[in-house]
Amino acid sequence: MKVLVAVKRVVDYNVKVYPKADGSGVEIANVKMSMNPFDEIAVEEAVQLKELGKATEIIAASIGVSQCQEVLRTALAMGADRAVLIETDAAPEPLVVAKLLKALVEREQPGLVILGKQAIDDDCNQTGQMLAALLGWGQGAFASKLTLGEQEIEVIREIDGGLETVALKLPAVVTADLRLNEPRYVKLPNIIKAKKKPLETLSPGDLGVVLATQMTTLKVAEPPKREAGIKVADAAELVAKLRNDAKVI
Amino acid sequence: MKNILVIAEHDHATLKTATLNTVSAAQSIGGEIHILVAGSNCAGAAAASAKIPGVAKVLQADAGHYAHHLAEDLAVLIAGLAKDYSHVLAPATTFGKNLMPRVAALLDVTQLSDIVGVENADTFVRPIYAGSMLATVQCSAPVKVITVRSTAFAAAASEGGTAPVETVPAAAPLGVARFIGQELTKSERPELTAARIVVSGGRGMGSSEGFKLLEDIADQLGAAVGASRAAVDAGFAPNDYQIGQTGKIIAPELYIAAGISGAIQHLAGMKDSKIIVAINKDEEAPIFQITDYGIVGDLFKVLPELFAELDKLPPA
Ligand SMILES: Cc1cc2nc3c(=O)[nH]c(=O)nc-3n(C[C@H](O)[C@H](O)[C@H](O)COP(=O)(O)OP(=O)(O)OC[C@H]3O[C@@H](n4cnc5c(N)ncnc54)[C@H](O)[C@@H]3O)c2cc1C
Ligand SMILES: Nc1ncnc2c1ncn2[C@@H]1O[C@H](COP(=O)(O)O)[C@@H](O)[C@H]1O
Repeated sequence: MKVLVAVKRVVDYNVKVYPKADGSGVEIANVKMSMNPFDEIAVEEAVQLKELGKATEIIAASIGVSQCQEVLRTALAMGADRAVLIETDAAPEPLVVAKLLKALVEREQPGLVILGKQAIDDDCNQTGQMLAALLGWGQGAFASKLTLGEQEIEVIREIDGGLETVALKLPAVVTADLRLNEPRYVKLPNIIKAKKKPLETLSPGDLGVVLATQMTTLKVAEPPKREAGIKVADAAELVAKLRNDAKVI
Repeated sequence: MKNILVIAEHDHATLKTATLNTVSAAQSIGGEIHILVAGSNCAGAAAASAKIPGVAKVLQADAGHYAHHLAEDLAVLIAGLAKDYSHVLAPATTFGKNLMPRVAALLDVTQLSDIVGVENADTFVRPIYAGSMLATVQCSAPVKVITVRSTAFAAAASEGGTAPVETVPAAAPLGVARFIGQELTKSERPELTAARIVVSGGRGMGSSEGFKLLEDIADQLGAAVGASRAAVDAGFAPNDYQIGQTGKIIAPELYIAAGISGAIQHLAGMKDSKIIVAINKDEEAPIFQITDYGIVGDLFKVLPELFAELDKLPPA
């Protein structure tokens, strides 16, 4: 079975970002970029499925500027077999990303698509569910364990009250939560090998998708800052403050 | 103007509180509000919805295949109803986050996640980059499909209304997903997202036994227990305790963080708490930048002392 994995290039999770001076967006020039952490987990899961003999080929796909090749090379170094970049300078909304991925699914016919549950820049948490809807497939969103069978995949999902298990008919879409696995470190020989693996570049037009937008960002600003308070010496002083000043206990 | 549809989150018998916060977000958009209760034997939740003041109508879709809130099946139903509405809102819980993007895609519209503010009927405020920034976004979609962050909107009243309950037909099941089971964390304590006080532990708690110190204090205070991602990953606490960018978002009256460093991904989930307390042995820990009261010290010493002090405290 082929597995398709979607990887997004985002501002590294360790970087503190700021609004642009004119408030029109987020300043991302000269900022360290990386693969979205949830997508690393998605790639790792696909690679483990291949190591278990359950996946035959792993295709990594990214949508965005030409530098997305870097995150695709990382996916290849982790163990993906080939990569597809759908190149655009626009920052497409999740619905458009889902449409592009759907077109790719129709071309590649994977048995399983794995995405991250959430991109840590826009914090949308939408694309996987949208892709599943467009394909009419089942969705295992926020997955913390996968068991891949012949006809079905069993997915343990992280939900507000605990864990839920669902079985989805294959083909299906899954989105990776934090505890699905721990992504491997890529070793230097694999980085070198990854340079020789195929990386194809397409345009949205090649896939017949129009980049429509339904959302305009009017303003980006920092939320009001919280002031640091005081240090208290011990538990007794803390309890007194909470009772008499803050009046919360 | 068309009406607003709120998707109820419920357990068939009762409503989840986040539904009330979502109704309140709908009220700030303005317009007639309808609530959809889709479930199996869900007359109880429909009756509870009818009592919310300001709700004009309750739609009840009752079918066996809605028993486990499978997004695949619910989305078909909601997309079918949505064309009569200007906005469709659900809470930004794992229920709403799983469901609403699927609804939006079936309607071929974009979706707004986790709104914290309503500017007008098509302009909303939502956090991005782990809440380190707020984006004001305008949406041109004919139906606005939205999830609502419950901490940003006060809960609507739950008594006083008398809306009619109308039955709507269920949609045919899609047949691509099957519910197998659930493993819910059992606790006598209040629910994390609704608790007035939350005590939370991080990697510094050292073990699940360490968490016992927090649980005792939680029981003294009638509080819920939370955790950082590091504590959950290490197995000290169950996954549904996680607070943060990718866990639960809470804003209690009092948040006590023990052995938590204060990574931005954690702050994203609790920085709107009214009073924040941190106990950390490292005085440089970033959490102290947002605490009202900080104690620099070893939590294995401070927490038992705190327990003893609270024990001595006369009732308020
Ligand atoms: C994509 C992504 C999503 C994430 N989502 C979340 C999320 O939703 N929620 C979340 O919490 N994190 C999240 N994280 C992880 C986050 O970046 C931090 O790694 C995590 O919050 C750290 O947890 P911690 O503070 O418990 O551990 P640490 O950072 O290791 O801090 C432990 C603290 O305990 C203190 N300590 C140790 N021993 C003692 C003692 N005996 N007494 C007192 N203090 C002590 C130390 O001084 C230290 O400050 C996410 C990360 C990524 C990449
Ligand atoms: N531009 C993109 N390129 C590749 N994958 C993407 C892109 N945008 C979103 N995704 C995938 O969809 C997931 C959820 O993203 P989002 O819905 O934006 O939070 C991510 O973790 C990725 O797996």
